[in-house]
Amino acid sequence: MAPAQGWARRYIKAFCKGFFVAVPVAVTFLDRVACVARVEGASMQPSLNPGGSHSSDVVLLNHWKVRNLEVRRGDIVSLVTMGHKNRYVKVPRGHIWVEGDHHGHSFDSNSFGPVSLGLLHALATHILWPPERWQRLQSMLPPERLPVQSEDQ
Amino acid sequence: MLRGVLGKTFRLAGYTIQYGCIAHCVFEYVGGVVMCSGPSMEPTIQNADIVFAENLSRHFYGIQRGDIVIAKSPSDPKSNICKRVIGLEGDKMLTSSSSSFFKSHSYVPTGHVWLEGDNLQNSTDSRYYGPIPYGLIRGRIFFKIWPLSDFGFLRDSPNGHRFSDD
Repeated sequence: MAPAQGWARRYIKAFCKGFFVAVPVAVTFLDRVACVARVEGASMQPSLNPGGSHSSDVVLLNHWKVRNLEVRRGDIVSLVTMGHKNRYVKVPRGHIWVEGDHHGHSFDSNSFGPVSLGLLHALATHILWPPERWQRLQSMLPPERLPVQSEDQ
Repeated sequence: MLRGVLGKTFRLAGYTIQYGCIAHCVFEYVGGVVMCSGPSMEPTIQNADIVFAENLSRHFYGIQRGDIVIAKSPSDPKSNICKRVIGLEGDKMLTSSSSSFFKSHSYVPTGHVWLEGDNLQNSTDSRYYGPIPYGLIRGRIFFKIWPLSDFGFLRDSPNGHRFSDD
């Protein structure tokens, strides 16, 4: 009995010792030196994610290089999110959520929030010019932008 | 002899790295002691006061109106500023001075906060450089350690802001 208990205690002691070395060192490394991240979306095509959602690029985020906040024009950077509290927004009654098709390149509800329906004054239904692009505009909701929960469900 | 010295050096380096990393994790995710300088938060915080800042609130989006925060300066990102949060996103802020006849207002945009020092006459804050992004906030100051005559939790704003709790 006694040797077995001694073994367990020594194991726990070694585990805690290793844990308190490994976790802070790993966290500090990921915060201060570098970490990896998967690129989502098409806003950086063709440099990043040229294959679209089939093959997402994985990039190295280098914290060490910006420790003095020195960047040059043309560098690709990663920014701390502005701190939006919610990833999900509830569109209030009497409002609509509008987005440009080129997500990220568009000044839309992602920037200014839901829009009151009273501001709606027209629907774009056709392309008239140039003649080779005469078409009726289809009402299409991209599957990745479907509402998470809607009232008619 | 050399092996002994080398072994000791490596052990010392190992301990330095380990405790340095633990210190980083504590300062980054829990909190730490900060010394403030400057007159912009008088009388609540005087020059060369030592205060205790916690970093948990900003990770959990718990910063509220009336909190004193440390943030990275928008004009000099390598230095920090220490101000009180007067407005959160969506709030309507008075941008003209309170004595002028024509009052102008602006709304704090999403993801931003409006900061003002307690010493309104001697403070460069959001009245000068506008609302700052929430992501610049480093921590929340809630306790003063030095001088001992002023030991304890920090007072509310002396400028009579009334924050409605919604």
